[in-house]
Amino acid sequence: MNLGRVFAVVLRQFYLLRGSPVRLLPMIAWVAIDIVLWGFLSRYLTQLTGEKFNFTAALLGAVLLWDFLTRVMQGVTTAFFEDVWSRNFLNLFATPLTVLEYLTGLVVTGVLTSLLGLVAMLTLATTVFGLSFFVYGVALIPFVCVLFLSGITLGILGTAIVLRFGPASEWLIWPIPSVISPFVGVFYPLSTLPLWMQAVGWALPPSYVFDGMRRILGGQGADWGRLAVAAALVVVYLVLAFLIFARVYRFAMKTGLIARYSAETAG
Amino acid sequence: MTAPVLSVSNLRKAYGEFVAVDGVSFAVHPGEIVGLVGPNGAGKTTTISMILGVLDPSSGEVRIDGVDLGKQRARAIAHTNFGTAYAPLPGNLTVEQNLQVFGLIYGVKDLKARIEQLLADYDLKDHRKTKAGLLSSGEQTRVTLAKAMLNHPKLLLLDEPTASIDPATARDLRSRIVASAEADGCGVLWTSHNMYEVAEVCDRVLFLSRGKILMDGEPEALVREHGAASLEDLFVEVAHEKLHPNGGHAP
Repeated sequence: MNLGRVFAVVLRQFYLLRGSPVRLLPMIAWVAIDIVLWGFLSRYLTQLTGEKFNFTAALLGAVLLWDFLTRVMQGVTTAFFEDVWSRNFLNLFATPLTVLEYLTGLVVTGVLTSLLGLVAMLTLATTVFGLSFFVYGVALIPFVCVLFLSGITLGILGTAIVLRFGPASEWLIWPIPSVISPFVGVFYPLSTLPLWMQAVGWALPPSYVFDGMRRILGGQGADWGRLAVAAALVVVYLVLAFLIFARVYRFAMKTGLIARYSAETAG
Repeated sequence: MTAPVLSVSNLRKAYGEFVAVDGVSFAVHPGEIVGLVGPNGAGKTTTISMILGVLDPSSGEVRIDGVDLGKQRARAIAHTNFGTAYAPLPGNLTVEQNLQVFGLIYGVKDLKARIEQLLADYDLKDHRKTKAGLLSSGEQTRVTLAKAMLNHPKLLLLDEPTASIDPATARDLRSRIVASAEADGCGVLWTSHNMYEVAEVCDRVLFLSRGKILMDGEPEALVREHGAASLEDLFVEVAHEKLHPNGGHAP
């Protein structure tokens, strides 16, 4: 892998952000709205229950971590969409840039932009609503890692779908986190769900994170075995997502999709 | 004769029953400008796409500066560059930013100096901070061509580089391309529908029709051999041949 070429992919995204600061707004504004909304709800529920339960950590912490996953995913897909919107595929792929270098560049961009959102979220959640992540202890590290890798996996999968089915399928990608969220139990234990939804939920790595969060807040401590399962699952899914992207890319090279990628390529 | 910078052998691309490029073979040598012409749908862009490595051939071989594109894609493509009016650079980056990004992708050494040189060569110094999408068609083409020269390519692929540009600007661009190609000694494969342009700049012309090379030779010699009044007349003859019900080719 040529790091100079990876840097070029990231630099392009940096120039876009610098040239159009309005692009920064969605990275900060939507997460801020979520934090404010759920922050006040958490505060209200804590008042109602007489501070018997830490709603701030349970609800606001969950929102924050879920938003983090969503931002990572959208960081990757948005960086890809910039090339879709500017019809830049021919310019990019008729160069020595490899698909692995391109994907790595997108992932690095996703990481950097999501970190920006994470800092904004953390600042707001801790200073205004008194959220402390110290309650999760050292388990916070695997929590964040699993969600981070899940976001990258979804981002790569999303880009593969758009590359295969054309720019019109972009609208299939944005709602993916919303579609997944009921299954992973962001706000409730998976046992609340019907059995078939539980089965789906346990196949999704973020479920183990939110389950682990609730266990810690309930005083049971972290379940490292379950977190290991989550880590193994997310690594498998990440590799699968990359293989799917590589397969779609091969398809695009065989059919000429890369050379004539446009809104008409869907289907 | 020096070794070719581009060697294409029995290149074929089929989409199911439809054969877009049918066993095409040719070579381009250093310093040589070769025109690839033919009617719409003849297979020019398909051929160029395969040489650029963005379309897998069904069979055949492409070698760029001796490197097998199918086996060592990144290494082979590093010796090429391309420019087309149909794939402008991202309009939301400035001229300079575009050149920086693509310079890094091509691994250009002393990139800053190279960009300065190209901004001067293509009269883009005043536009260096302008977003590429805000430039006129002619200016955008100049940016595309500056990008195409970034890595001192040994093989330059130009797909209708002067399409939708006024004659004066097109003439200016042609002279810049020829000057850059001569300076770098690179081989050029140039597709165009403008036969005046082809006759002016190309050392050799390949006539493509229905995915096959029908003619290969110097522009003036081809016109003479086929008894045509001009290269454009010869082109029209080839283009009409496509519509011939019996499917025969021009002699």
